[in-house]
Amino acid sequence: MAQANQALATAHGQTSPTREEKVVVANQWQLIWWKFRRHRLAMIGGIVTVIIYSIALFANFLAPFTTETYRATYTYAPPQTLHLFQQTDQVWEFSPYVNGYKVEIDLNAGRRNFVIDPDVIIPVSLLVNGEPYTLLGIFPSSLHLIGPVNEGDPMYLLGADRLGRDVLSRMIYGTRISMTIGLVGVFFSLFFGILLGGISGYFGGWVDNLIQRLIEFLQSLPSIPLWIGLAAAIPADIPPEQVYFFITIILSLLGWTGLARVVRGKFYALKTEDFVKAARLDGCSSLRIIMRHMVPSFLSHIIAVVTLAIPGMILAETALSFLGIGLRPPTVSWGVLLQEAQNIRAISTAPWLFWPGFMVAVSVLALNFLGDGLRDAADPYT
Amino acid sequence: MQPENVLEINNLHTRFFTPEGVVKAVDGVNLHVTRGKTLCIVGESGCGKSITARSILQVVEPPGRIVGGEILFQPVRGQVIDLAKLDTRGHEMRMVRGKDIAMIFQEPMSALSPLYTIGNQIMEVLHWHMTIEKDAARALAIEALRKVGIPRPSELIDAYTFELSGGMRQRAMIAMALICEPTLLIADEPTTALDVTTQAVVLDLLRGLQRDLDMSMIFITHDLGVVAEIADEVAVMYLGAVVERGTVEQVFAQPKHPYTQALLNSIPKLSLRQHARLNVIAGMVPHPLNRPSGCSFHPRCAFAKESICDVVIPENLTVEDAHEVRCHAYDPRFMIPLTAIVPEASDAATEVFARAMPHTEPLLNATQIRMHFPITRGILNRTVGYVRAVDGVSFAIYEGETLGLVGESGCGKTTLGHCLMRLYQPTDGAIHYQRRNGETVDLASLNGAALKALWQEIRMIFQDPHSSLNPRLTVLDIIGETLRVNTRLSGAEIETRVRELLAKVGLRPEYIRRYPHAFSGGERQRISIARALISSPRLVVADEPVSALDVSVRAQILNLMRDLQTEFALTYLFISHDLSVVAHISDRVAVMYAGKIVELAPTLSLFAHPQHPYSEALLSAVLKPELHDRSGSRRIPLEGDVADPANPPTGCAFHPRCRYAQDRCKHETPPLRETPAGTLAACHFIETLTLQGIEAYDV
Repeated sequence: MAQANQALATAHGQTSPTREEKVVVANQWQLIWWKFRRHRLAMIGGIVTVIIYSIALFANFLAPFTTETYRATYTYAPPQTLHLFQQTDQVWEFSPYVNGYKVEIDLNAGRRNFVIDPDVIIPVSLLVNGEPYTLLGIFPSSLHLIGPVNEGDPMYLLGADRLGRDVLSRMIYGTRISMTIGLVGVFFSLFFGILLGGISGYFGGWVDNLIQRLIEFLQSLPSIPLWIGLAAAIPADIPPEQVYFFITIILSLLGWTGLARVVRGKFYALKTEDFVKAARLDGCSSLRIIMRHMVPSFLSHIIAVVTLAIPGMILAETALSFLGIGLRPPTVSWGVLLQEAQNIRAISTAPWLFWPGFMVAVSVLALNFLGDGLRDAADPYT
Repeated sequence: MQPENVLEINNLHTRFFTPEGVVKAVDGVNLHVTRGKTLCIVGESGCGKSITARSILQVVEPPGRIVGGEILFQPVRGQVIDLAKLDTRGHEMRMVRGKDIAMIFQEPMSALSPLYTIGNQIMEVLHWHMTIEKDAARALAIEALRKVGIPRPSELIDAYTFELSGGMRQRAMIAMALICEPTLLIADEPTTALDVTTQAVVLDLLRGLQRDLDMSMIFITHDLGVVAEIADEVAVMYLGAVVERGTVEQVFAQPKHPYTQALLNSIPKLSLRQHARLNVIAGMVPHPLNRPSGCSFHPRCAFAKESICDVVIPENLTVEDAHEVRCHAYDPRFMIPLTAIVPEASDAATEVFARAMPHTEPLLNATQIRMHFPITRGILNRTVGYVRAVDGVSFAIYEGETLGLVGESGCGKTTLGHCLMRLYQPTDGAIHYQRRNGETVDLASLNGAALKALWQEIRMIFQDPHSSLNPRLTVLDIIGETLRVNTRLSGAEIETRVRELLAKVGLRPEYIRRYPHAFSGGERQRISIARALISSPRLVVADEPVSALDVSVRAQILNLMRDLQTEFALTYLFISHDLSVVAHISDRVAVMYAGKIVELAPTLSLFAHPQHPYSEALLSAVLKPELHDRSGSRRIPLEGDVADPANPPTGCAFHPRCRYAQDRCKHETPPLRETPAGTLAACHFIETLTLQGIEAYDV
């Protein structure tokens, strides 16, 4: 604003010649970025989101084990604390390790209890060789960020589940499914939302009437029973990737209605603006007016809405899988992991099985803050 | 504090603490209001007059707050209080608001609550400030409504805000403000949003009430005509400081500050010098964040002296008794020659254009255009009536002329403009337009590609500079859009043409890649004009192009439009509600009322000898920014509201408000016919009536 006015003051050549002129132009995106930077929470949310998506991308490298690695001898083993420094001969050196387990048999309750045994030292190290994988599907490698030095030693940083599988590794792999199902679902919702909302808003009349009543009908259906019904229709014997695809379709079937309404409202408001009239008088076709003159006006709003819709999708998928009607094992998502925590045993003796819930909360919060900040920065008028 | 003053503002500073910086909205303002008199604060947008008013009542919106100075107020009973020191939300301040000092605002729709009846809102004020029974409060409210001139007050007390017209709402707001008989009334541009005739009535009302209640008034406005009409004292503000202060005679007859002089000079006035170039103030009002050093007016001042005016901040100097100026030219220490600009003189060529009605074929000939919008009700959208926005309009525009179209809000002039542009499909009628290649087409029946071709020859300029430019497109995209869609010119060629045109409309071609938000209102209007002219049109429909602009910018844009008309051989249809603007630029003027043209005449003829009673009333309501006799005998009051196009009166639509109306007017609609003077008017009694025009035009 400052530089704009300074330059404009010389527009009619009537200001004193000593005033220096600097024409610095900041485009829309730069302005959005500058405003966004000032919103602390949004920046934190953005960073956390980036971290979470990086975890999803590099899951193979970050997870100590794969999702299927199990040890029947360590079922429901508690989490081990990671110690970084060891004292040998009065000298502290950087030598990470975890303590091993010893089994205590509780005769009264009739079960085995694992207890951390401080005498057993299991050395772990960074960048160890573990199970082989292909990073991003291209690079074969067997390097893991952290793992036991001796393959075969138990390392459960977040504990083990009922089959002795490492909760941390499964959680990291679950990030992939949970965070991307949000994206795919939102993309579909976006497409249908803009298309139907745009048609409804631009043309008005009976088309608008019809589409709006359809939206109201869909929104009045109770979502969970609808999802249950649709999920039950998925055949039980198809591969998990296809199940994933179908779940995405189901979630976005209801998700587009909210966006369509907003888009329709925006179109309605923009239709009567003078600059749309001017575009018509310039000879633009309806399609050109919509795409070039109207859509950019609420693109920023859509960005904000999308970042706020993703957590909704994540929660929906988590809910479905938690209820057992969404993704199923062997597919790993946070919802599937939480389903394992659905019994009294988990709550009373193995509370570390709730860690995936914490991940859901963190990612939803991070995305919400990010979306909030984006909305303030990109669309300050609503 | 002096005993004859009811309010004294000393060295007030109000600042806004924004992320971009500290905006010194009010920067050392000194004012006083004499008991029983009206002080008018004049200035353009951004000068801080509204903020000053709000600071008095401590209703400045955050992040703004008063940071210094004092506001001394003498209530009817008791000690002098310093309003600036009171807590904004404190009990004392709330006691003052509404009871001792009341405020009315510009937009009555947003100033009154849509959730409550006006009676409720008025009685709320009563209940807050005094203990009173509900019945007694209601009686007082009805009495207040009657005093402000609302008809049937015992019924309308239970009306909601949206059920009333603009003038009625403003009266309701005045009633609410005056119910506790305050000592001081602050009016923040209360008539800016009203029609000329309604404005005249509201100003009369305020003056009458002021006399009856012995009240002082601060009237904030940017319209110097209103100031000349209502002020006893005037304070001119620029960028947060008062640059000149004095009685209305002193400021209008002998303006001292260069800004005041230039302002008075640049207003289009109803005078004989029609079509003369308007004097403009160079440059534009800077953003308060970029206040110039020294005297804040120096970059635009014709008399600025280097190393004095741009360095030293001027002090308040008393020129005569009670006449103060903030200008170095009156400081005997500095030798700055100041050749006073006498308001009426001008060395621009005084051309009195009296373009005779040409006898050529008209460029555009509209016959019996009707635009009726259906009113639907019920779930099946049954049509229950029509809004007759344009109801049988016929006129012709000749090549090279400027036809002015005047009328108040709701008369249908904007709708008529839209019909000509085929933004609406007229319900009825023909619009015959002569194309550049000679053939005549009927615009009303064209469609598709043929219509698009016509849109190259007939272009439109819109009213609101903020909503008429797409905020997401660059200037190049906006102006070049029609070329991109309709021609096969390459991007580089389009850019060359746009740059040339930008230079012609007075903008720097380097700004071609900027977005509209980087420009001020006047510059955006220039971009609009460039967009209209890029396709080399023949006819330009300008829909109130200067109404939304500041006074000093208006003159620049009008001059620009006139220059472009000569350079590009354009024909203008100039739609406006402001008669003084229309007078300056039009050759012929058409006056519209309730969807019909009631008079069509050359400008001089219309202003000197109007033939229709509505034209007469309109002309009498125009406020001249000059000192004049205020007895108001010249004003013709129009009772009632503008005719409702959904339910127009039978016969002549103007008859309920016309002082010459007779029985015949109720039953017969007068056609637009030729008068003895050779003009057109729609009245039964053209031959018998002699109507009063503006004396200055009577040649």
